[in-house]
Amino acid sequence: MSQRPPTLLPKTFRDWFKSRGWKPRAHQLDLLAKARAGRSVLLVAPTGAGKTLAGFLPSLVELSERGSRGFKEKRGLHTLYISPLKALATDVARNLEIPVAEMGLPIHVETRTGDTPSHKRARQIERPPDVLLTTPEQLALLLAHAEAQEFFKDLRRVVLDELHSLVTSKRGDLLSLGLARLMTIAPQVTAVGLSATVREPDDLRRYLAPQHSPSPGGGGSTDRSGWGGSTDIDKVEDPTPSRALGATSPLKGEMGHEALADLVVVQGGAQPDIRMLDLDERLPLAGHTASLSMPSIYGLIRTHKTTLVFVNTRLQAEYTFQELWKLNDDNLAIALHHGSLDVSQRRRVEEAMAAGKLKAVVCTATLDLGIDWGDVDLVVNVGAPKGASRIMQRIGRSNHRMDEPSEAYLVPANRFEILECRAALDAVHEAAQDTPDARVGALDVLCQHILGMACAGPFGLEDLYEEVRSAAPYAGLTWEEFQACVAFVATGGYALRAYERFAKIVKGNDGLWRVRDARVAQQYRLNVGTIVESSMIKVRLGKSMRSRPGTVLPRGRILGEIEEYFAETLTPGDTFLFAGEVLRFEGISEDEVLATRAGAGTDPMIPSYEGGKFPLSTFLAARVRAILADPFEWDRLPPQMTEWLLQQRRRSIVPGPRDLLVETFPRSNRFYMTCFPFEGRLAHQTLGMLLTRRLERAKLKPLGFVANDYGIAVYASGDIAGRAAREPGFLDELFSEDMLGDDLEDWLAESSLMKRTFRQCAVIAGLIERRFPGEKKTGRQVTISTDLVYDVLRKHEPDHVLLRAARADAATGLLDVRRLGMMLERIRGRIIHKPLDRVSPLSVSVMLEIGRERVYSDNADEILAEAEAALLDEALA
Amino acid sequence: MTALRKNKQTTHEIELKGQLALLDLTGAMYLPAHDALLVADLHFEKGSSFARRGMMLPPYDTRETLLALSDAVFRFNPKTVIALGDSFHDIGGPDRLGTEERTTLSGVQQGRDWIWVTGNHDRILPDSIGGQVVEEMALGSLTLRHEPAAGKQAEVAGHLHPVGKVVMRGRSTRRRCFLTDGSRCVMPALGAYAGGLNACDAAFKPLFATGFTAHLIGTERIFAIAKSMLCRD
Repeated sequence: MSQRPPTLLPKTFRDWFKSRGWKPRAHQLDLLAKARAGRSVLLVAPTGAGKTLAGFLPSLVELSERGSRGFKEKRGLHTLYISPLKALATDVARNLEIPVAEMGLPIHVETRTGDTPSHKRARQIERPPDVLLTTPEQLALLLAHAEAQEFFKDLRRVVLDELHSLVTSKRGDLLSLGLARLMTIAPQVTAVGLSATVREPDDLRRYLAPQHSPSPGGGGSTDRSGWGGSTDIDKVEDPTPSRALGATSPLKGEMGHEALADLVVVQGGAQPDIRMLDLDERLPLAGHTASLSMPSIYGLIRTHKTTLVFVNTRLQAEYTFQELWKLNDDNLAIALHHGSLDVSQRRRVEEAMAAGKLKAVVCTATLDLGIDWGDVDLVVNVGAPKGASRIMQRIGRSNHRMDEPSEAYLVPANRFEILECRAALDAVHEAAQDTPDARVGALDVLCQHILGMACAGPFGLEDLYEEVRSAAPYAGLTWEEFQACVAFVATGGYALRAYERFAKIVKGNDGLWRVRDARVAQQYRLNVGTIVESSMIKVRLGKSMRSRPGTVLPRGRILGEIEEYFAETLTPGDTFLFAGEVLRFEGISEDEVLATRAGAGTDPMIPSYEGGKFPLSTFLAARVRAILADPFEWDRLPPQMTEWLLQQRRRSIVPGPRDLLVETFPRSNRFYMTCFPFEGRLAHQTLGMLLTRRLERAKLKPLGFVANDYGIAVYASGDIAGRAAREPGFLDELFSEDMLGDDLEDWLAESSLMKRTFRQCAVIAGLIERRFPGEKKTGRQVTISTDLVYDVLRKHEPDHVLLRAARADAATGLLDVRRLGMMLERIRGRIIHKPLDRVSPLSVSVMLEIGRERVYSDNADEILAEAEAALLDEALA
Repeated sequence: MTALRKNKQTTHEIELKGQLALLDLTGAMYLPAHDALLVADLHFEKGSSFARRGMMLPPYDTRETLLALSDAVFRFNPKTVIALGDSFHDIGGPDRLGTEERTTLSGVQQGRDWIWVTGNHDRILPDSIGGQVVEEMALGSLTLRHEPAAGKQAEVAGHLHPVGKVVMRGRSTRRRCFLTDGSRCVMPALGAYAGGLNACDAAFKPLFATGFTAHLIGTERIFAIAKSMLCRD
């Protein structure tokens, strides 16, 4: 890090730093120098390094130098700040006011979020502040405004906070397109990205700089779906990611034509003090509740000032919260925070936390990023870490002073999680990162953006294409794909050109495209954004009527929301954990789930909905396989783990790091097949669906399967082991990559996960209108089931842009097909079949999921046959 | 997969007002005693109706619906075909019908008595669409109409687009269905974009005072499901 002379800072600022007892940090001065040189820059720094101030310092200095403006003088916006969270934008605005006020700077700072009243919004357009803090969605809306050109033309700087988290999603795609537009409107603009440590800083540097890649040749389309994913195989073969700081992949460095923002890296602070919680008790083979560790966790909370207890799912959050309170003889202030809780309840927790009133918060990913919590001195992560970078960011939530070590504990809930925690600890000590690859920009997001740009004003096709391709995620976009998106926005883009006369955007005689009328623009504004919440349904506490037992009135308060598809699987009488209480499901009335408090001591039937949202990262999975395969590594594991692995070796086989162990064994008149690919629950679910199809075709009568993050168990009434013995190569055939051909296609036709994926694309692209949570359908509002649309489109135009978008999502999203493809390639010719006469120690862990997990099936007829049989039983009874 | 296809059982027998009725996997109903095929709520041109309002749904719904319709017609080869109303999604529907679709429709109508019962979406149908237009009609002891009438009736109607939802051990499916108590039958909508109304909805209650059996259309066959097995959405 170069030592810049502090003279870069004007005297007012030097005095201010001094008055606070601070010295400007090297990276803060570096960013100032970059700004003076007109360079875009990525700042990679650990938490507590004064990142936000560094990002704003150049703007504050520049604005202070240009002096105060006259009362009537109109000036354009100088700096735009984008944060992934509304709350973060508000918080940063508050923090920014401090130096502005203390130095008496003539700088006007404002926020613009969904909560900003309309008169203020109008005034902001009329008289822009100097600094505006907002979110990606609000930026999209501003850019679609007819006044966008005027509003942004003087813009000097864009600051993108928590960039590492933004770029991994469709929001990042949308933001990249917005950034490209800003650079068209205001070519002088420079971008500053603020990020936690990532595996590939170059991905983010590229994101911040306009790309000028040569036009992809021909009319063909790039492979956006990533089906099969053979091109990524290297990443699986080599589990060692580049080290944290500043490493550049040589391959990418050679690509001459790409533009990169400058990079400023703040070396990580003190090594975190992180360890696995001592395991006095034997951990179960499956399950995620960590119930045995609760007393230890409670003990840690007692002896620390403030503790964040992270868990992976809302369900675990509910459970952990409840268990801690059972132990809470000291009446410690322990709170709960997750995405399903009512917003007001979440805000109360956040405020109490910021005020230092809480001893601990049990939370999910909702607190992964966000505002500074002050004095957290311990982070406890319950359950599997899932990813190395992820766990490091969570640990960073503790101790926001970068020079002191953060203290953290990993708490495995089952034996496999011991392996995962071990792998994560190693990764943390090596500062190895496994943040995801850069995204290929989604086509549905592009469709939304194109309509937005038409709302802003007329555009030329070639100009917009070049602008879009200057955004890094869309650098590889072909002309054909771009045209398909424009055609979709205009008329749906169908080969059967039936809707020309209803076109939403039309090409004028001047060759420019315009939005047809104000109503279309209105439609755009209502549907902007890429976050399609799965339909949520409110949970209301009901009151039982004393006079009429069994009758429940919807008179209580709203507790929060749960996913509609979860509510769909409940039947009256089921008990579940929610908002820290055991509730009894009473029914659904008027778009609300009605529930009552279950009697004391009721055991909640804990249904698992969607398990962990984040599958085990490829990187940690490879490390877990490596630990498993190397007996020398076992010494570093707790004795109960070593014992278990030794048992596995005696009874079956411990597979090598690249092998796939397939065990088969009979059990109570069924034949089981288990395997352990370690590719995460989502990829395993897809594998299970496809394997059962193939077993069906092989006439082995599969009955079902269960999957977890590590492996799957398939059960059948046909003898799988017998067939494998008679037919050499049967298993190789069963697991062959061609399952990603016709079998996958057949399944996609009816897969509910694929339909859900399609629905999200349809909403984002603007094919159907967004339904707002809690909004009731009015008679005039038109709704159509996207499932019906999916069926028809798939049959008549399988290559339609929306289906391409949905397939690209499915490759990495709910179906994780790409990872499955990489796995199938990895294990080709490396399947080790071990026929057993009973279940092995390794297999027990996944077998235990049976009954706990939902049995997956998209086969409607199976469900119906079962229901029909119930009718017959009734008739014969 | 091929093994499964062989098991496909396209029809399912029920008794309606003392006569045999064959429920078809397409959602049509065949009455052998009258050599008549009944279909309900085709909603032709629903896609283009939405497109007018800026929702560009794939314009293949009419095609898809016609495919199902002609599949049923050519398999049963009935003397009479009766469409129980809402055959077109709106009054302008017949005019928006594409050339290819119009030809297909004429081909299916060829050589049979074709009767359009009017519905609330298509109160008026142009002559050009062929066949005969009626408000309701009698077929033996059954009345055929679009909207089910109040009180106990011997009728076959459409209008409500019944679907049944079944949840078994955490797995759920929602399928189009026929609802019947042996005297009245409410038919599923055949249109590709015709949505559904849950059979547990209050709208069905007055129609079936003594309950009903739902015949849910699965992938390979139709399943008779007791009312008590159906769930709300």
